[in-house]
Amino acid sequence: MKLIVAIIRPERLNEVLEALYRAEVRGLTVSRVLGHGGETDRVETYRGTTVKMELQEKVRIEIGVSEPFVDVTVKAILGSARTGEVGDGKVFVLGVNQVHRIRTGERDEQAVTPAELLEA
Amino acid sequence: MTHLPLLLALQDAAPSVVPADTAWMLVSTALVLLMTPALAFFYGGLVRSKNSLNTMMMSFAALGAVGVVWALLAYSLAFAEGNAWIGGTTNALLAGVGTEAKGTIPHVLFMAYQGTFAIITAALISGAVVERMRFGPYLAFIVLWTLFVYAPVAHWVWGGGWLMTKGVLDFAGGTVVHINAGVSALVAAVMLGNRKDYSRQAILPHNVPFVLLGAGLLWFGWFGFNGGSALAANELAAVAFTNTFLAPMATLVVWVLLDYFRTGRATAVGGATGIVIGLVAITPAAGFISPISALLLGAIAAFPSYFIIVWRSRTRLDDSLDVFAGHGIGGITGALLTGVFAAKAWNPAGNDGLLAGNPGQLATQALGVVSSIVYAALGTFVILKLLGLVTALRAAPRAEGLGMDVTQHGEEAYSNGEGSILVMPDATTVGAPVRALTPQTAAR
Repeated sequence: MKLIVAIIRPERLNEVLEALYRAEVRGLTVSRVLGHGGETDRVETYRGTTVKMELQEKVRIEIGVSEPFVDVTVKAILGSARTGEVGDGKVFVLGVNQVHRIRTGERDEQAVTPAELLEA
Repeated sequence: MTHLPLLLALQDAAPSVVPADTAWMLVSTALVLLMTPALAFFYGGLVRSKNSLNTMMMSFAALGAVGVVWALLAYSLAFAEGNAWIGGTTNALLAGVGTEAKGTIPHVLFMAYQGTFAIITAALISGAVVERMRFGPYLAFIVLWTLFVYAPVAHWVWGGGWLMTKGVLDFAGGTVVHINAGVSALVAAVMLGNRKDYSRQAILPHNVPFVLLGAGLLWFGWFGFNGGSALAANELAAVAFTNTFLAPMATLVVWVLLDYFRTGRATAVGGATGIVIGLVAITPAAGFISPISALLLGAIAAFPSYFIIVWRSRTRLDDSLDVFAGHGIGGITGALLTGVFAAKAWNPAGNDGLLAGNPGQLATQALGVVSSIVYAALGTFVILKLLGLVTALRAAPRAEGLGMDVTQHGEEAYSNGEGSILVMPDATTVGAPVRALTPQTAAR
């Protein structure tokens, strides 16, 4: 099992969620974060005050997946989050020591396999 | 406005300014002008936060662009003497618009009062194209639209044009303002196309309290819109005022009940929408019908708009803030019901409607409705087609995704300043003190 952490553009979130849904990846956490990916700074002006917005809004997606789902998930995110311009984000695949499903107490691979797949 | 012939007749006898009328019209002008910022809040609350400034600016910008073009030329095209289709250019650049009496108020005041109507009518259309139309082309559109669509239709109905001659009753702008804006909005929404997220993800109002604030201020301003359309501080103004007071109350009650029966809950956005639709519907009728008819009219008007909004949101038609269902359908309902409820007993300068034994008035009203629908649709189509040849009407999908506030205006509605660096005009002043203002960058 792996933990996949992706930092993406907020305006691509909907496309990414859709792609993950189509890839049958279930169970994820999304948070709004601020970050900088080397893209051109955005300049905003409020009356006489001009500011460069160094930190851009980004979205972080965290997904715990079983081995067969790692490539599928990464591919889905790469395909849907890309605009081709600097600042599209990153996908990190991290190893995980343990996973526990709180509801059932299942561990590891079983804990990151969707319930409906376990029953089948 | 509709009893202008009567006023003009009076003017021939003794052209004089009446102080009481002038006082009421001064207040009314300010009230109607306030409706445009109110609309900015109503629309601004309904969109996503990343587009809220752009949406509000679309209304505020009309105060500038439309107001100026009104003074320079559009007023003359609407109200100067001309033919049955359009006014002349005698009052262009405000020539001949002085303190002389127009009716019983100074001519300058009449021009300013009418200008506030042109401004809000153009701003109403923006609700159909929010969250995707580029700001520059939008400005060009409302200027051209005011000159070539609003001014002619205002001339037809109020400036002595052919619909006025036919006897169409439109007290304060059901046809000129609401059908005109509502139909133009529908055409504009179709021509611009849907927002990229439309019917793919939920697009929710970002600030419902703004929507309620906007609806409240619109109602307040509408007393000047309808009450002021008597163009005098008299009995007629009192009738129009009272009808503007009553009709939205009935619409609000019916709207909330419809919400209850359909979903089991009364919604705030629904309540605010109901108020606005009641106001739209009473607009053409305000000075022609009895207060009890106004209650009825307001109640009836809730139904068509309510169900068209429910239906529209399930279609592929992205009239984003339901300008057509609100102003188009509300305006048509109001214009037709004016032909049903109108009574000479309440306004001798008006006419009797269906219920008072004059079914012909309903046909006359229908003529006004149909001709303004056709002209507004054609005019908007041609203007947007031509603008579309010169420039892109829509923002690029990426800009639409980022939000119109940042991409069109370089501002955000709700910014906490995190990660921002002050850019000083003088490069030597950029240094440690500035960096200290932003801990995130100082820490790097």
